[in-house]
Amino acid sequence: MTTGYDLTDGRTDVVELHGVSKSFGSTHVLRGVDLHVRESEVLCVLGPSGAGKSTMLRCINHLEGIDGGWIKVAGQIIGYELRGGKLHELPERLIRHQRGLSGMVFQHFNLFPHFTVLENVMVGPVELQKEPKAQVEARARGFLDRVGLGDKVSAYPAQLSGGQQQRVAIARALAMNPKVLLFDEPTSALDPEVVGEVLAVMLELAQEGRTMIVVTHEVGFAREAADRVAFMFDGRIAEIGPAKSVLESPREARTAEFLAHVLV
Amino acid sequence: MTTEMAPTSSGSPALSETATYEIVRRKHPWRVVAAVLVLVVLGLLAFGVANAKGLHWSVTGHYLLTRVVFYGFLRTLELTAAAMALGLCLGVIFGIMRLSHNPVLSSVAWLYVWAFRGTPLIVQLFMWFNLALIFPHVDLFGLVHLTTVKVMSPFLAALLAFGINEGAYMSEIIRGGLMSVPPGQTEASLSLGASRGWTMRRVVLPQALRVILPTIGNETLGMLKLTSLAAFISFNELFGTVETIYYSNSQVMELLIVAAVWYLFASSVLSIGQYYLERRVGRGFVRGGRKQTLLETVLVNAWAKRRRLGANW
Repeated sequence: MTTGYDLTDGRTDVVELHGVSKSFGSTHVLRGVDLHVRESEVLCVLGPSGAGKSTMLRCINHLEGIDGGWIKVAGQIIGYELRGGKLHELPERLIRHQRGLSGMVFQHFNLFPHFTVLENVMVGPVELQKEPKAQVEARARGFLDRVGLGDKVSAYPAQLSGGQQQRVAIARALAMNPKVLLFDEPTSALDPEVVGEVLAVMLELAQEGRTMIVVTHEVGFAREAADRVAFMFDGRIAEIGPAKSVLESPREARTAEFLAHVLV
Repeated sequence: MTTEMAPTSSGSPALSETATYEIVRRKHPWRVVAAVLVLVVLGLLAFGVANAKGLHWSVTGHYLLTRVVFYGFLRTLELTAAAMALGLCLGVIFGIMRLSHNPVLSSVAWLYVWAFRGTPLIVQLFMWFNLALIFPHVDLFGLVHLTTVKVMSPFLAALLAFGINEGAYMSEIIRGGLMSVPPGQTEASLSLGASRGWTMRRVVLPQALRVILPTIGNETLGMLKLTSLAAFISFNELFGTVETIYYSNSQVMELLIVAAVWYLFASSVLSIGQYYLERRVGRGFVRGGRKQTLLETVLVNAWAKRRRLGANW
């Protein structure tokens, strides 16, 4: 399997997955996932539901533990430490530190409804990373401006549209200064007319060189924003390569079939 | 639209497209009849009570504002507050334990609820009060040595009985509230680098509270009245106090009414307090700007209900 990499560009891997497997009971959700994502790269992950796309993202910040293989973000083994030839799960305190390496954007936004927009964006850096409040507030306001919600700082999430809420969620993830942004179907729960405003923000982030892994069904976004596209089937990455070539001339029959389905 | 009009199947007259028709709502004459009937019965009842021969309203009026009754009322409030506080603490602890992944913790929490929710409160009350019969001395690791009879005052027995019993109910209420918060909230919090404890305190519990609070209000009202059971272990709260008085002066009904008035007063105040507390906790869940005052809410709700019922008066 070619990885669609230009191995000569000298950029480092931000995210590495090696033989990652994960089961829920007797269901094997991930069956040996290998993946490398480089600095400033945008990777879109496509595939049918149940293929393990979301689980893979959730493993990258250890919301789920893994059963085999290993994951590194920015050079750190996520969730475990190598001792005596075994990977021992880390104490919560250290896992919390590692979660700051990745910023997660969820399908259902998961903003805190009892916090204002500004509080939602500031809570991670202030309460959890213990940064000085004034400094974080300036940064948070900056990010909210970036996503076009500078005037909504004191609103509560329930007063915003789905598209606005998701943009706040993106600002919240950015405020953590993560090494990689993880998007878990960020537009799937949105009304069609507001999908565009969220994708526009994501496209901007992609163009400014953020490292992003985006699980999505938006083939159009993948074509426009992604450096590479990966297809997942049955807990494995079936095909991965430059966006253009994978989307236009897939080598795998399943990929072609899936694309034909989605693009109808 | 064509000008063609649907043929009227039942022979009713065709509608004109140029005229405007006034809509006349259906009348509900029986509602008026029912209302009058209920008011008449209520009036007769009030008249009967007010003019009851054996009832001396002046006695009621006299005792309503005596110091001894008021102190009894204060002890009722004190016991209610203390028992609810204990119940709430136990409820949070055991409610969280019930949801624990640790099978021992969740089983112990289940056992607690099973035992204290499954036996009558009055039995528990008498058991605490009579604890000295089986444990004459309380020995805490040789550090504290107490004689149970001296320690187990009526107040303490009542507090333990009511608080621990309430905790069993409360843990179920809190468990339900915690389960009502979407798991995505916990995930988002953890993904920001929060600990499980912080997530529970700052994200899950505040949202659960919104669901739990109306029920806690109910429980507090219930507790206010349940504390009257403490009279049976000779704790002189409100009911115990009026009981003592009518044992000596035989003005039974008059003094029971005194107690009833104070209980009603306290429960009314609690209801209003609950309203404002719920509004505070409902932060972020109300669409739009300014929040309504109590009076506005009552009026708006009444108006909306009237409209729902299709009133045309």
